[in-house]
Amino acid sequence: MDQIYKLLAITLGAILANNFIFSQFLGICPFLGVSKKVDTAVGMGIAVTFVMGLASAITWLVNKFVLVYFGLEYMQTVAFILVIASLVQFIEMFLQKSMPSLYTALGVYLPLITTNCAVLGVALLNIQENHNFIESVVYGITGGIGFLLAIVLFASIRERLVFADYPKSFEGFPIALVTAGLMALAFMGFSGLKIW
Amino acid sequence: MNFGKQLKEGLLTQNPVLVQMLGLCSTMAITTSIANGVGMGVSVLIILTASNVVISAIRKVVPDKIRIAMFIVVIAGFVTCVDLLLQAFVPAIAASLGVFIPLIVVNCIILGRAEAFSYKNGIGASFLDGICQGLGYTAVLLVMCFIRELLGAGTLAGFRIIPEQFPIGVLTLPVGGFLVLGFLIAAMQWALSKSKEDK
Repeated sequence: MDQIYKLLAITLGAILANNFIFSQFLGICPFLGVSKKVDTAVGMGIAVTFVMGLASAITWLVNKFVLVYFGLEYMQTVAFILVIASLVQFIEMFLQKSMPSLYTALGVYLPLITTNCAVLGVALLNIQENHNFIESVVYGITGGIGFLLAIVLFASIRERLVFADYPKSFEGFPIALVTAGLMALAFMGFSGLKIW
Repeated sequence: MNFGKQLKEGLLTQNPVLVQMLGLCSTMAITTSIANGVGMGVSVLIILTASNVVISAIRKVVPDKIRIAMFIVVIAGFVTCVDLLLQAFVPAIAASLGVFIPLIVVNCIILGRAEAFSYKNGIGASFLDGICQGLGYTAVLLVMCFIRELLGAGTLAGFRIIPEQFPIGVLTLPVGGFLVLGFLIAAMQWALSKSKEDK
């Protein structure tokens, strides 16, 4: 029962209260870079969720059975980034061969994900918070869903920003950042959910 | 390459954060106090310079196809060194920067400069580029820290400037990061367009 409560707390935390974008600042680059249109944002969000789930599972196993076993914890950063980079490469090849339709939909976003700090971030946070295997996977997937939610909401606002009238020097990134700031303010309303 | 021109590019016209929009995650996340800003800025400066030099030195022996992987390994090596050094000598700063120190590996500034500059230029020029771009990043961090710590917490480097009941607490929260950076970039775009008009 405790385990279920904990998973629920992780889920709500990762999607709403501790959203990766709005309260932890992980994955801002793709968040600002690929949020000009809703459909590309959906593609990116799904790709990130997928990779984050898989990456948390694999990095947890690597940490437990390779790094801790051989006393190499200080190599965490190097090992994780290599695992993530090769994982992304592998997923790309796998999708290209077996699911071409999904590949054409996600293809362009996959290489970008290697340098998405949310993926490396979730791997490191899992170790820092002492999550067990199931908690790590849940945290990875729900963190990805949180990212998906944030980027889709943001993209739909941004599509409308085209018609807005704002000072010229705010064009591009600044107005996007101010919008994101106001959304972060809204997401702060969820911080009450942290009680569990 | 002359140093003055590179320095001007790093600090102003090609500033990594305000103009190239790289490394935004860490810029917003850790700029809540001057101490954090200095710690992060110096770490990135050291890692960027070191990785620029090494990548420039090995650029002729690395095959084109696996260069990104090589860049990441070099960068991750230096990040691990800095991470361990910080934990050993300034544990307080290491604790408050937390996960953002290992995340320097995926900081786009470092990978971006490796790909755009040091892979194509000599060791000396890459070294200078690392220092100038690192200084540009640090300068932005310090400006953000100054604004957010002074107005948000009412202190500067730990000393109280504004009495406790007045600061705008929301600036130290994530919201403040987004807003302050947005306004800084807007100010930069305004200044750059102004200086273009004058010419």
